[in-house]
Amino acid sequence: MMRRLREAWQGIKVGTWLGWQIESNWTEPFLFAIYAVIKPVAGVLILVVMYLVVAKDGLANPLFPHVFLGTTFYLYVVNVLSGVSWTVVDDREHYGMLKYVYLAPMHFYGYLLGRGMAKTLLATLSVLVTLLFGVVGLGVRLSLDDPKLLVGALLLGLASLAFYGILLAGVSLLIARHGWVVGDVVAGGLYLLCGTAFPLSLLPWPLRALGLGLPPTHWLEALRRALLGSGLHSELSRLTSAQLLLILVATTALGGALSVGIVGVAERIAVRRGLLDMQTMY
Amino acid sequence: MASYDLAVKTEGLTRIFRLRKREARDGAREILALDRVTLEVQRGELFGLLGPNGAGKTTLIKILATLLLPTSGRAYVAGIDVVENPVEVRRHINMVVGGETSGYGLLTVEENLWMFAQFYGIPSREARRRILELLALVGMADRAKTKVYHLSSGMRQKMNIVRGFLTNPEILFLDEPTLGLDVQTARTIREFVRRWLEEHPDRTILLTTHYMHEADELCDRVAIIDRGRILACAAPWELKTALRQEAVFRLRVEGIADAKAALDGMPEIRALAQHAEDGQLLLDLVLASEEALVSVLARLSASGARLAELRKEEPTLEDVFLALVGRKLTEDQDEHS
Repeated sequence: MMRRLREAWQGIKVGTWLGWQIESNWTEPFLFAIYAVIKPVAGVLILVVMYLVVAKDGLANPLFPHVFLGTTFYLYVVNVLSGVSWTVVDDREHYGMLKYVYLAPMHFYGYLLGRGMAKTLLATLSVLVTLLFGVVGLGVRLSLDDPKLLVGALLLGLASLAFYGILLAGVSLLIARHGWVVGDVVAGGLYLLCGTAFPLSLLPWPLRALGLGLPPTHWLEALRRALLGSGLHSELSRLTSAQLLLILVATTALGGALSVGIVGVAERIAVRRGLLDMQTMY
Repeated sequence: MASYDLAVKTEGLTRIFRLRKREARDGAREILALDRVTLEVQRGELFGLLGPNGAGKTTLIKILATLLLPTSGRAYVAGIDVVENPVEVRRHINMVVGGETSGYGLLTVEENLWMFAQFYGIPSREARRRILELLALVGMADRAKTKVYHLSSGMRQKMNIVRGFLTNPEILFLDEPTLGLDVQTARTIREFVRRWLEEHPDRTILLTTHYMHEADELCDRVAIIDRGRILACAAPWELKTALRQEAVFRLRVEGIADAKAALDGMPEIRALAQHAEDGQLLLDLVLASEEALVSVLARLSASGARLAELRKEEPTLEDVFLALVGRKLTEDQDEHS
């Protein structure tokens, strides 16, 4: 048992190191620093322009801080959720290393978790830059009235995203190079359904109901309450912050259990069908 | 280290790949990649699997390395069942596949190798010592700080070889380790493999190759595999000695397009391969005895062939393969190329 835990820790540690190297090592540190600032700021500027065109009162509209915050923290969804699932496709098809990683005596799940950690670190950099730009450049006022809610929601949400990302990585083990679509489709769907950039009340009721069942909806709502003092969705207004956290605990635990189960099953199917070194060549 | 005498043991190992309807070949929806393979590799042996492309060599190695499940049969590595306990098997093995350009291009050679050492729990300082030592042995000491995307494919392959040996595995699977390499690089790798085993006599290497001279030069024992079946298994000299009771000739003839047709039905011919070269036909013949040559030449002459060259050869593993399978090992490669 101790040996397996040690191997899992090795996987997390080295997976994180590798992930960070791949994300940051493609250019000089100075250029990477510039990229790390410009990319998220450019993303948020697109949102600002769209908002200025569409919304009354422009940035003074009371909804804007909520939309800004939702979009900012959605960077985690893109990076972590689709990033981890992409890891499998990238390691197998691009680097040709998945089979060697897999047959090393470490925990494959731990390795995926480590790659997720690297994505989380990178996303954190982007989120911090965006938040700073929002406060300084766009006049968004953030409060830290409920630091416990902020820390609790942030950690639970990130763990949840990592688990669901690993779950998608398990699915990606079984599909070919176009597997990257899985992560992107899920991340895109969540942007729409989780009320990232608009209130859920704007969605038709079946989609609204679906959105209310998704963990990122509650996560973003908890973060808005922690940093802005109020939420965005009227459907969730009856829930206390403690209840929101409780929902996050439950969905994170469910994500953890599902990811372990699904990755385990996907591994078995991949070994049975010989997919661990699949090169689709198209 | 665990106690076991047989590094690898397989019993009736069979692997069938099932194809989707659109992938069916000549209507067949199944490919029999391994057909009841039973094999024993002693600890400390350098064991070769010799066979043409598509013979089942890689499938066998993938099963032994826990990357693929067999359809039926059993396989044990270091005395451990690969299906029942793959995690434990992985603690005893490593694998290198030739002909690949794998590696994390953004990392340096040293970083790539160090990372894998960490996967295996090798302390960082010890890992760096081993990396520099092994890189020097394959002539890449000056490339330690080079990013992998700057390396030629031969150098990447040498780096991968180092990755395989870096963890000092009890059992190492080398799948076509010199595939696609130039002569000098292939020789460096063969020398490296041989030296490593001399220094680590308790380690085992299972090597697949379709280069007979590689099997002949390196391996303690060789199994000849074709279409998923093991046809013979012995030391290279034993396989060749068995053929010495027969006679191996190489003939170059003119004025005939198909010697196989001309010599058809002659019971004294054990095996025959032919290919055209510069308007002549080159024949590799394995005969039951030297005396049979007279009747073979007479039949060729009667078919209009003129003898341009005749040589009696010492049997090679290629001749062993020809005698066992009825075609040359290189014929498949010729067809592919």
